[in-house]
Amino acid sequence: MYLDSAATSQKPRQVLETLLDYYERHNANVHRSPHLLGEEATQMYEEARARAARFIGAPDASCVVFNRGTTESLNLVAHGWARKFLREGDEILISELEHHSNIVPWQLAAQATGAKVRYIPITDDGLFDMAALPSVLTERTKLVSISGMSNVLGTIPPVRALADAAHASRALLCVDGAQLVAHAPVDVAELDCDFLAFSGHKMLGPMASGGLYARRELLEDMDPFLGGGEMISQVLPDHSTWNEVPWKFEAGTMNVADEIGLHAAIDYLDEIGMENVRAHEESLAAYAIQGLTDAGAQLFGPTDVLERGAEVSFWFKDIHPHDLATILDQEGVAIRAGHHCAQILMRRLNVPATARASFYVYNDRADVDALVESLGRAAQLFGS
Amino acid sequence: MALEDLYKEVILDHYKNPRNKRPLPEAALTCSRNNPLCGDEITVFADVDGGTVTELTFQGQGCSISQSSASMLTEAVKGKSVQDAERLASDFRGMMAGEVEPDEDEFGDLVALKGVVKYPIRIKCAVLAWDVLQEALSGAGEAAASAPHS
Repeated sequence: MYLDSAATSQKPRQVLETLLDYYERHNANVHRSPHLLGEEATQMYEEARARAARFIGAPDASCVVFNRGTTESLNLVAHGWARKFLREGDEILISELEHHSNIVPWQLAAQATGAKVRYIPITDDGLFDMAALPSVLTERTKLVSISGMSNVLGTIPPVRALADAAHASRALLCVDGAQLVAHAPVDVAELDCDFLAFSGHKMLGPMASGGLYARRELLEDMDPFLGGGEMISQVLPDHSTWNEVPWKFEAGTMNVADEIGLHAAIDYLDEIGMENVRAHEESLAAYAIQGLTDAGAQLFGPTDVLERGAEVSFWFKDIHPHDLATILDQEGVAIRAGHHCAQILMRRLNVPATARASFYVYNDRADVDALVESLGRAAQLFGS
Repeated sequence: MALEDLYKEVILDHYKNPRNKRPLPEAALTCSRNNPLCGDEITVFADVDGGTVTELTFQGQGCSISQSSASMLTEAVKGKSVQDAERLASDFRGMMAGEVEPDEDEFGDLVALKGVVKYPIRIKCAVLAWDVLQEALSGAGEAAASAPHS
């Protein structure tokens, strides 16, 4: 039973076959090689971009930069936008439940510019404390960057309300979509976000696929992040000029096969329907919360499944999550244990770590039953 | 491999009833470390007199493997010379690498941690306290070297 999809998802055969087909029949470098294979690879790569753009409601394929995923995308915004435009005294507003990839890039950008990182508090239930928003979102705030779905608690914040509040303060909104894009229908126009980072490997796609959506004019204004081949227009002895967006941000040889594999993953998800993915996971989350609670586990995060995804963090009796994960693994149940790259949240919850079961399209109620049953084995072994 | 080989009774006993688990604010040597991968934390407090570890306590939080290893460590090392403590630390690492067959007299309860070898991802839990001890004891040499000669 694989209950660790929040870390990375398993990949369907269609994705694996797409990778194999690409390498067997179409492999070449893109945007460079004037031969048939080069044309095929370029076409498939750009079709993948257009497909990803459609999947998230982006108006144009040029608004999607491919890279290794959410972490690289947030770093791209931190370098290309934040370091260029932030000044001393400006503020970047994030929340207490963020993944380290949505904290550390801003800390680095703040150090480089003299800006400051501030936090939206969360409630004991793991919800955004929206009542506290006016005290932290000020005229100094230039960027609000928040998770669209917490990898630890499943929390789905009111993204549109945060976008409206940010824009009313003339700040931009950046969404860490690592979980959200994999587990719920996403439309950047509806969310009205300015940036959206996403990871292909969490949504049935290959490792190191994914990218960044940004409004076209923001991409135009941003500085490049990595310099090198393909991202330039002209290279002169003392300076260079940049390629058009999005290629300005795609230096060197990209993960061409992986982005084409992501295309297959998106097709797979759309065939199921993201509304159905979300409904399936709401149902599984409710079933898991009930089952774990009945078994005596202490749960973290929102209790209303409409406000959360199927990332379910818990403590079981007084058994440390690492011990629990080892025991459950021997019972054939794979869960994650640790701080989940969210040390600030762990401190807020006043725990050193949590156990986390996370669910996806291939999980069902039998997996939850196996999880709950295996807890009995842990209790027996630890005599608790 | 049976879970009982990993979670031996003696390990769970040290976890639930840790020995020498208390802060020693006046200790000459204090060293803390956490495992950034999992968040386990260990602080070791040690007094060294005439090259012998005369007092040794710990504080910390984490899984049963990291905390029982720290508890067993305090029992095994207290009263030993710094040199012997270093040798035991090296032997313990050897046991975790599957290269050293533990001497039961020297290891005491620590023998129980041998089963961790079969769970590679948990070896870092067992070794954390020993990393902290060795860092603390390396301070013993420095403290002695930098102490004013009378």
